[in-house]
Amino acid sequence: MSRGCYLALCARPVQFEKANPVNCVFFDEANKQVFAVRSGGATGVVVKGLEDKNPISFRMEDKGEVKCIKFSLGNKILAVQRTSKSVDFLNFIPDSPQLEYTQECKTKNANILGFCWTSSTEIVFITDQGIEFYQVLPEKRSLKLVKNQNINVNWYMYCPESSVILLSTTVLGNVLQPFYFKGGTMSKLSKFEIELPAAPKSSKLSLSERDIAMATIYGQLYVLYLRHHSRTSNSTGAEVVLYHLPRESSCKKMHILKLNRTGKFALNVVDNLVVVHHQDTETSVIFDIKLKGEFDGTVTLHQLVLPARSIQPYQIPVAGPASVTNQSPVPCKLYSSSWIVFQPDIIISASEGYLWNLEVKLEPVVNLLPDKGKLMDFLLQRKECKMVILSVCSQMLSEPDRGTLAVIATVFDKLNHEYKKYLEAEQSYTMVVETGQSRGNPLLKRPVRTQAVIDQSDMYTHVLSVFTEKKEAPHKFTIAVLMEYIRSLNQFQIAVQHYLYELVIKTLVQHNLFYMLHQFLQYHVLSDSKPLACLLLSLESIYPPAHQLSLDMLKVL
Amino acid sequence: MAAAAGGAGQEKQLAPALLSFFIYNPKLGPREGEEEKKILFYHPNEVEKNEKIRNVGLCEAIVQFTRTFSPSKPAKSLHTQKNRQFFNEPEENFWMVMVVRNPIIEKYHKDGKPVIEYQEEELLDKVYSSVLQQCYSMYKLFNGTFLKAIEDGGVRVLKERLEKFFHRYLQTLHLQSCDLLDVFCGISFFPLDKMTYLKIQSFINRMEESLNIVKYTAFLYNDQLIWSGLEQDDMRILYKYLTTSLFPRHIEPELAGRDSPIRAEMPGNLQHYGRFLTGPLNLNDPEAKCRFPKIFVNTDGTYEELHLIVYKAMSAAVCFMIDASMQPTLDFCRKLDSIVGPQLTVLASDICEQYNINKRISGSEKEPQFKFIYFNHMNLAEKSTIHMRKTPSVSLTSVHPDLMKILGDINSDFTRVDEDEEIIVKAMSDYWVVGKKSDQRELYVILNQKNANLIEVNEEVKKLCATQFNNIFFLD
Repeated sequence: MSRGCYLALCARPVQFEKANPVNCVFFDEANKQVFAVRSGGATGVVVKGLEDKNPISFRMEDKGEVKCIKFSLGNKILAVQRTSKSVDFLNFIPDSPQLEYTQECKTKNANILGFCWTSSTEIVFITDQGIEFYQVLPEKRSLKLVKNQNINVNWYMYCPESSVILLSTTVLGNVLQPFYFKGGTMSKLSKFEIELPAAPKSSKLSLSERDIAMATIYGQLYVLYLRHHSRTSNSTGAEVVLYHLPRESSCKKMHILKLNRTGKFALNVVDNLVVVHHQDTETSVIFDIKLKGEFDGTVTLHQLVLPARSIQPYQIPVAGPASVTNQSPVPCKLYSSSWIVFQPDIIISASEGYLWNLEVKLEPVVNLLPDKGKLMDFLLQRKECKMVILSVCSQMLSEPDRGTLAVIATVFDKLNHEYKKYLEAEQSYTMVVETGQSRGNPLLKRPVRTQAVIDQSDMYTHVLSVFTEKKEAPHKFTIAVLMEYIRSLNQFQIAVQHYLYELVIKTLVQHNLFYMLHQFLQYHVLSDSKPLACLLLSLESIYPPAHQLSLDMLKVL
Repeated sequence: MAAAAGGAGQEKQLAPALLSFFIYNPKLGPREGEEEKKILFYHPNEVEKNEKIRNVGLCEAIVQFTRTFSPSKPAKSLHTQKNRQFFNEPEENFWMVMVVRNPIIEKYHKDGKPVIEYQEEELLDKVYSSVLQQCYSMYKLFNGTFLKAIEDGGVRVLKERLEKFFHRYLQTLHLQSCDLLDVFCGISFFPLDKMTYLKIQSFINRMEESLNIVKYTAFLYNDQLIWSGLEQDDMRILYKYLTTSLFPRHIEPELAGRDSPIRAEMPGNLQHYGRFLTGPLNLNDPEAKCRFPKIFVNTDGTYEELHLIVYKAMSAAVCFMIDASMQPTLDFCRKLDSIVGPQLTVLASDICEQYNINKRISGSEKEPQFKFIYFNHMNLAEKSTIHMRKTPSVSLTSVHPDLMKILGDINSDFTRVDEDEEIIVKAMSDYWVVGKKSDQRELYVILNQKNANLIEVNEEVKKLCATQFNNIFFLD
């Protein structure tokens, strides 16, 4: 295993028949399905999705070369484009007419560039002259035009997660027109222009769809533009420009990711991270727009979070009965030129017949980000972060990588900030529900507890109790760490659980630091509680003043 | 006698005064003719040798004689008409004796002849016994035990150390203003909210980490203790040293303000207000001496010798104690100044701000209506609204000395029994004095209410307990 590879291909890829002259392969971004169409469908179509265990296979009449093939959402209706003028449909609903039906595009002399399903029965045709939104009526085997819009289109892009279609218009192609689809309606969002790196010399298409991607990052839709290095501008390398595309207002340039290199790139978005693959060096880099960047008043500049690394080496599993033999798995060629990348996190190797999800591995990140504060900022935004964060905490408390108290305090503060946010959301939710204001408020949702919420019991179980029991650190440090955690909780006004106090008391008693304990109690740092008072009473025989301390506590209670 | 010029019937009061103070060890000169060897220290030194020997011999005899009646509790004091002697054996066979002259009233007859009247019952045994014990504790804090000195260099070294220490120390005793607070020798704790307290904890822990040779730390604000890394008994005497000797000596430059000439002599530092109260005065001076007082702690156990570094920013003072085997260098002092100075300055203003907020919330900024002294034997916490201010020379009280004496008497009564009790005394001119003892705590209240009866006084005290001591468990 090469060290520090924080990106990996998923262990269970979708395997399909390799592309070859008789087998055409298509990928549908909306359903994340791979279609293997043999001989135009006559000898079989096999559809495999990421989640489905059982592939769908069927045959269809060979009516010519298939240009595009996609199921509607829920695999209800199959749409096949064979010509540039029309799309054919085939129902997959049980007990509905099984005969194919066809829809030609409405605009005369227009060529269909492609189509997108926006629901189980709604489809959009994108032609070079505009966009046509249809309702499919499978029982009647016909389509009904809902809305259309004339506009010159160079190319289009569809983001199924946000139901937005982006059209490249104008001669240069850098004016992008988004459309939004919801509940049988099509709405036009405000168009925007992508700033090209240098004024183009001639009036030809200057913005390629290869350099544009659309993805949802931290719940917001962004258009990602890969701006190549130009010799005329004095940039140090290519960069990725992120345009925020809100539904209500106009698009705004927000972030610039500095790549500091040139060449061929591809983009993915995984776990809200922008991943930029670089083919020349066969490495990838990641960016997190939530991390602090350099803000110039309008745009935030981001540098690499981590040094560039390759995707983890991948062994192609030897399929079927061959694995019984001693055949060793074949290493997969990474960053191959036959790879095709789809949003948000899909990599397809058509020549080898694999579809992978790209994954971010957090363990290797720990050693690549020495700044623990930044590491926490990074980890807290990740989906599967809990165990990694807890292990970072354990690590910073023990040799050889023991952190300073200042660093430990920073980490605790970051964790508790997140913890407090959740507690507050939970509290205001409960309040709304209890006061009965929840009725008629569809927006009200119980706050989701993400893995980034590391509460006191997590810290106690996985970090602090283990740490105090190990006894490798000097007791001064042990107590300082416990007090630092309690300080941080107090700073965020989080009620401290009594088992943390018990841990402090246990540690102090073990080292005969009664006077210290005494002072903590005197200033109510260890808050009064019945269990605590009883614990103190039990200490009376070894430390007589505990008697008074516990009686005082019982009085206040 | 200038005062004698006054008319007839005038009287003049003379406060109690130190007559002599000596330390001896009978085992050092057991044979006849070698008596002088027993004497380790004698004040006043001018006293003729044979008188010294006589006085020491007398004390020895009294202690020896009274031991017959009470083997476990030897005599603590001897009352005579003119004076009182106090005995203390802090280490085996080492005796300290303090002789205090009783207060005197000088009256003048019509014929102008002065008549001297000794007030035999004025001095409180417990107060002066405690003063004598503190003399030893203070010596031990800066010099270690008597025995250690003998181990280090024989009787000669011990004598030198005693001479050096007590020569100065005895001048600071001020026996005329000793009272109940000297019995307690308590610690005044700074009231603080939990969050600020935790911030201070965090600060101390980080400082100990960055200045890794620091063994113990203590933190004070406004001359009141907030945190002690030392054990209670060591802190008790260090606290007394800091609040009655070190801090008052340094108060003037602080009151002088920024532009005063005194201030100008101090190293100019624009980033923070931190400065050393012990050790180097000017860090920019390459010749600056980094000499810190040495203190001895845990003398019963590990017997540690430490350098005492006291560093202060505004009202916050930190004591860093480092092992005596490490010699703090000028570089270390500069490092300390650059790390601690800025952080302590911020912390001090945080504490001040928080303190003012808390005061406003609790409404305790109003003058306390009650005059009281509170002491808790368990944590040595002491609180007095009777004493205005402690200065190195006098402790100013706001009540009549007679009332203070009643407090002392009640305290003596409390000492005699182990049970909780309450004593209510009707003093002269509408004053009531209430003493309350509950477990380890003692509370003394002075009330001045016209025509109050016992029930009303009792109610008032209950009210006080409910407001001032609401989180304390008092037995009724």
